[in-house]
Amino acid sequence: MAYSDKIRGTYQAQIKGIQDAGLFKEERFIHSPQAADIEVEFPAGSPLKKVINMCANNYLGLSSHPEVVKAAHEGLESRGYGMSSVRFICGTQDIHRELEHRLTEFLGTEDTLLFPSCMDANAGVFEAVLTKDDVIISDRLVHASLVDGIRLCSAMHDTIKHSDMGHLEEKLQLHAGKRFKLVVTDGVFSMDGDTAKLDEMVALCEKYDAMLLVDESHASGFIGKTGRGTHEKCGVVGKMDVITTTFGKALGGASGGCVSGRRELVELCRQRARPYLFSNTIAPVVVAGVLKVMDIISRSTERRDKLEKNAAYWRKGLTGAGFVLREGDTPIVPVMFFNAKLAQDFSRALYDEGIYAIGFFFPVVAQSQARIRTQISAGHEIHHLDKALDAFTKVGKKFDILGKTKQEIIAKYGM
Amino acid sequence: MADELKDIVLNYVTKEYLEDDSEPLTYDTPLISGGIVDSFSMVSLKRFLENKYAIAIPDAEATPEAFDSVNKIAALVQRFAAKKG
Repeated sequence: MAYSDKIRGTYQAQIKGIQDAGLFKEERFIHSPQAADIEVEFPAGSPLKKVINMCANNYLGLSSHPEVVKAAHEGLESRGYGMSSVRFICGTQDIHRELEHRLTEFLGTEDTLLFPSCMDANAGVFEAVLTKDDVIISDRLVHASLVDGIRLCSAMHDTIKHSDMGHLEEKLQLHAGKRFKLVVTDGVFSMDGDTAKLDEMVALCEKYDAMLLVDESHASGFIGKTGRGTHEKCGVVGKMDVITTTFGKALGGASGGCVSGRRELVELCRQRARPYLFSNTIAPVVVAGVLKVMDIISRSTERRDKLEKNAAYWRKGLTGAGFVLREGDTPIVPVMFFNAKLAQDFSRALYDEGIYAIGFFFPVVAQSQARIRTQISAGHEIHHLDKALDAFTKVGKKFDILGKTKQEIIAKYGM
Repeated sequence: MADELKDIVLNYVTKEYLEDDSEPLTYDTPLISGGIVDSFSMVSLKRFLENKYAIAIPDAEATPEAFDSVNKIAALVQRFAAKKG
């Protein structure tokens, strides 16, 4: 027993500091399956409220799809609940390898290795394939899990301004003397919803003999004509050296992720990646569910086509109402408020109107870039989007920000 | 040399790290503690200084504190340039 008053007081002061800065995060308890319509208890202890979910990563609306749920049930019956093992001891079933083959085919790579999450995939991949003689050049807005993975690796790390290809070329020249160069980007950037210029990045990587890694967590299943991802949209399928992605978003939304790419790199992850070696295998029930997701998205593009139409409808509606949006053409549509308190107050007012959408602010996004990140789903119908649009407009009028520019919103509410 | 050195560092940091609509830097703007340069991105700055002034800054000396403003960086570079001379 060494948890003294001094220790407790120190941590209590830190928590209070987070609260005082207006950065304290509270969970909202959902009492229903994930879907466009959900039942939420918020604040804790309040009666349940039916709201429209506008902030899930459930892009294809498959999180509670009956076929996926049924396949998961069957997987549970036929392969059991848990494996009680990491993959390489006794945690690999036939369906784990089957899913790896399906993903390899879908992503257009040479091989794939499952991880408990994409966070784990990103945590493990760099250390497994790079040494201190190498350099990683990453976009400054890549996901935190990539940053953490890079930190765990002994390679030198340098960064480029967001999507700045001139800057990337300068850095590839600067680090010409390194043994290997690995360029790292998100496919779709999670906070801004814009897509990486993978075609230009591939050309630069070929010119300067560099490898390219892309995190496709916010792209796999729906970006590109058949939903294979940003590399399909950019016309460079087969040119990716490493793709990491998640099953926790469009691909069923449960959990799990993978490293997919060049055969040798994937094999080295199997031999060396610590989250693969020291963390439990993905539960059979999840693998069975993701296999069904692969069936659904391979037989038809209906869901990603609907998602694309929904996203365009939503973006047009918000623009017409007079909101400031981040430019883009993905289902991530950030509505900009710039001021953190305004974003939070707006989110609470939306909730009162039956719309669930969360404010994001520093340190999740840069200072003075507070926003509500809306995310569209194929599970949304037009009536959901119309109701959400009405609520955004009503609250927008109340806060008097409709038709206002960034400068005018900042002048009224501060940075 | 001191002012010229500071201006070279300031121009490099501005070009390398700032977006077009950012507030201009001063010699004392906190770069790392102020969130303008993240600790990863110091790599470029260190390499730039080493190449430009033909010095070697040991990793132990290239701390976030030592790189936290143009004035501090200039002092660091001058110290290593003097050692070399």
